[in-house]
Amino acid sequence: MSEPMDFLLWVRGPAFDVAALIFVIGVVVRFFEIFSLGRKANFSEPRGTEFGPGMKSVLTRSLPEPGMFKRQPLTILVGYVFHIGLLISLILFVPHIELFRETFGFGWPGLPNPLVDAAAVLSIVALLAALWHRISSPVMRILTTNEDWLVWALTFLPMLTGYIAYHRMIDPYPLALGLHILSIEALMIFFPFTKLMHAFTLFIARWYNGAMSGRRVVES
Amino acid sequence: MSEATLERGLNAFKEQIDAPVAAFFSSCVSCGMCAEACLFYTETGDPKYTPIRKLEPLRRVWEQEYTIVGKIKSLLGLSKPVTDELLQEWQELLYDSCTMCARCSMVCPVGNDIAYMVRKAREGMVASGNAPEGVKGASMRAVKIGSPMGVTLKAVEAQIKHIEADSGLTIPMDAVGADYLVLLSSMEIMNFPEYLEALAKIFKQAKVTWTLCSTAFEATNSGIQIGSSDIARELVQRIVDGAERLKVKCVISPECGHAYTAIRWEGPNLIGKPFPFKVVHILELLDELRASGRIKTTGLESDSMTFHDPCSLVRKGGVIEEPRNLMGMVTTNFIEMQDHGKWAWCCGGGGGVSSNEDAEELRLKVFKRKKEQLEQTGADILVTACANCRLVIEEGLEEYKMEMPITGLSELVAEHLVVDETKE
Ligand code: SF4
Ligand code: SF4
Repeated sequence: MSEPMDFLLWVRGPAFDVAALIFVIGVVVRFFEIFSLGRKANFSEPRGTEFGPGMKSVLTRSLPEPGMFKRQPLTILVGYVFHIGLLISLILFVPHIELFRETFGFGWPGLPNPLVDAAAVLSIVALLAALWHRISSPVMRILTTNEDWLVWALTFLPMLTGYIAYHRMIDPYPLALGLHILSIEALMIFFPFTKLMHAFTLFIARWYNGAMSGRRVVES
Repeated sequence: MSEATLERGLNAFKEQIDAPVAAFFSSCVSCGMCAEACLFYTETGDPKYTPIRKLEPLRRVWEQEYTIVGKIKSLLGLSKPVTDELLQEWQELLYDSCTMCARCSMVCPVGNDIAYMVRKAREGMVASGNAPEGVKGASMRAVKIGSPMGVTLKAVEAQIKHIEADSGLTIPMDAVGADYLVLLSSMEIMNFPEYLEALAKIFKQAKVTWTLCSTAFEATNSGIQIGSSDIARELVQRIVDGAERLKVKCVISPECGHAYTAIRWEGPNLIGKPFPFKVVHILELLDELRASGRIKTTGLESDSMTFHDPCSLVRKGGVIEEPRNLMGMVTTNFIEMQDHGKWAWCCGGGGGVSSNEDAEELRLKVFKRKKEQLEQTGADILVTACANCRLVIEEGLEEYKMEMPITGLSELVAEHLVVDETKE
């Protein structure tokens, strides 16, 4: 067999298993790290409840406060376009769904490829804009650490290699696809140990914030 | 307090870290949105005031102590340690440039409650000896004298005599079995005795039984502002003891946002058990009296009035509707500021900033935010419900040469109160 094919088989086989294992164990460990710290009992008499307002904040924090949009339109716009484009490419692209069906035995309808392609392009453009913004905004510069650059690259590469593979821009195809899968494995391996983890922990953070505010009957 | 050292500071940081803090630090994506909510950034444009950045020392302790990655990084010598120099540098960020107003906590897209963490980080600052002198002095006076401004019981009694002589009202002290224990802030005692007079008048009309307490008259808690749970606990305990001694059913937090947070929300947690009495903010009580028809007003003002929401009352207390209901009792011409209620902007002097001399210049600078908000309303009169906000705003207006009378909401209610002489 040719070398690109061997490479593809390797990334789809043993490499993927290792990455998936690290991802799952890592995420579980991180959840444990967070929840094992616990919370002190609160003895103040509540004005309102915690659970409901917490859940509400989980949803409402996805919407920016109008005043904030005026002050930081780029961050908000780029954030939306990137995340929506990413989700569309990830879960509504037919080959992704087929892979899922092969593995788990069920799937769901996807979007036509040209639409997914457009979403992916928008998402890539948004990521480039985000990078430019991170470099040029003084506030983001002062907050940015090496981890932020790493996380950006880990997110950008799967999008880019996916686009390249889909448009057959690298020959042979198995090499292009293999690179795409490899970049996803890199993402999976780093995910639990970097800010990528926010994709999960933001639900916890939002809930705590909403719950602590809900106790005082402040909508947050 | 035992001697402050870096080691004690690090331990204090460690002790403060809980699951919410870990979830918050894990979630931050360095997007910078929190900066746009903070007046210290919006009014200076200096990125060092970005809220989440103020927590760098706490974040490092979290990463190094409570994450596997952080532990590995430390082993490899890749971690940046928390040093005395770092904490010294961060004193300005955690005290001078943060009023714990919690506006940033409302906007973070991943839901980080930054103000919650600033409060916690200050514990580490105190334990490591990095709290500002002005705030330290205030909390020492609070412990020794009973008030952060050094107001003694004698001074309170003198004010009471004055008020009683001027108004003919009685102000009960140490009356056992009253329903309500009234607490005051030092600023009210010294600068705004009108507040106490207003309460005496309103309570007489509404037939509320109340008292002051000679061993616990101060409601503010500088232990919380500086970030020392030890001091804070001692100050809260005084109030609990006083309330129990006088067998009151309810303690009234004065027109002071910070006092409300201190006694209402932090108090029970500081002493580690629920209070045997209720705590209400004076505006909550007045609104209750209004709703039940026990107080009525007359001769409403026609001058346009706007209301400054004390941060601790709205974002940290949920007392949002009450002041608006009460404004309706005193004026026919109420104008809201553009960002109000839970989105109100801080006066710039909360969270101990107003008692911190190092912060004065910055505080006056960031007052620009409030000034612009006030100008935008075009209102004739500013009403608020916090003696500290009131003083800070008065100073700010003076600095910017802007004329606008300020008054307290309780006073205003008392001024327009229908006094039913036959009820006596
Ligand atoms: S807004 Fe939230 S996520 Fe963004 S930098 Fe501030 S704390 Fe981090
Ligand atoms: S609590 Fe208020 S002052 Fe402090 S960082 Fe947040 S917005 Fe700024």
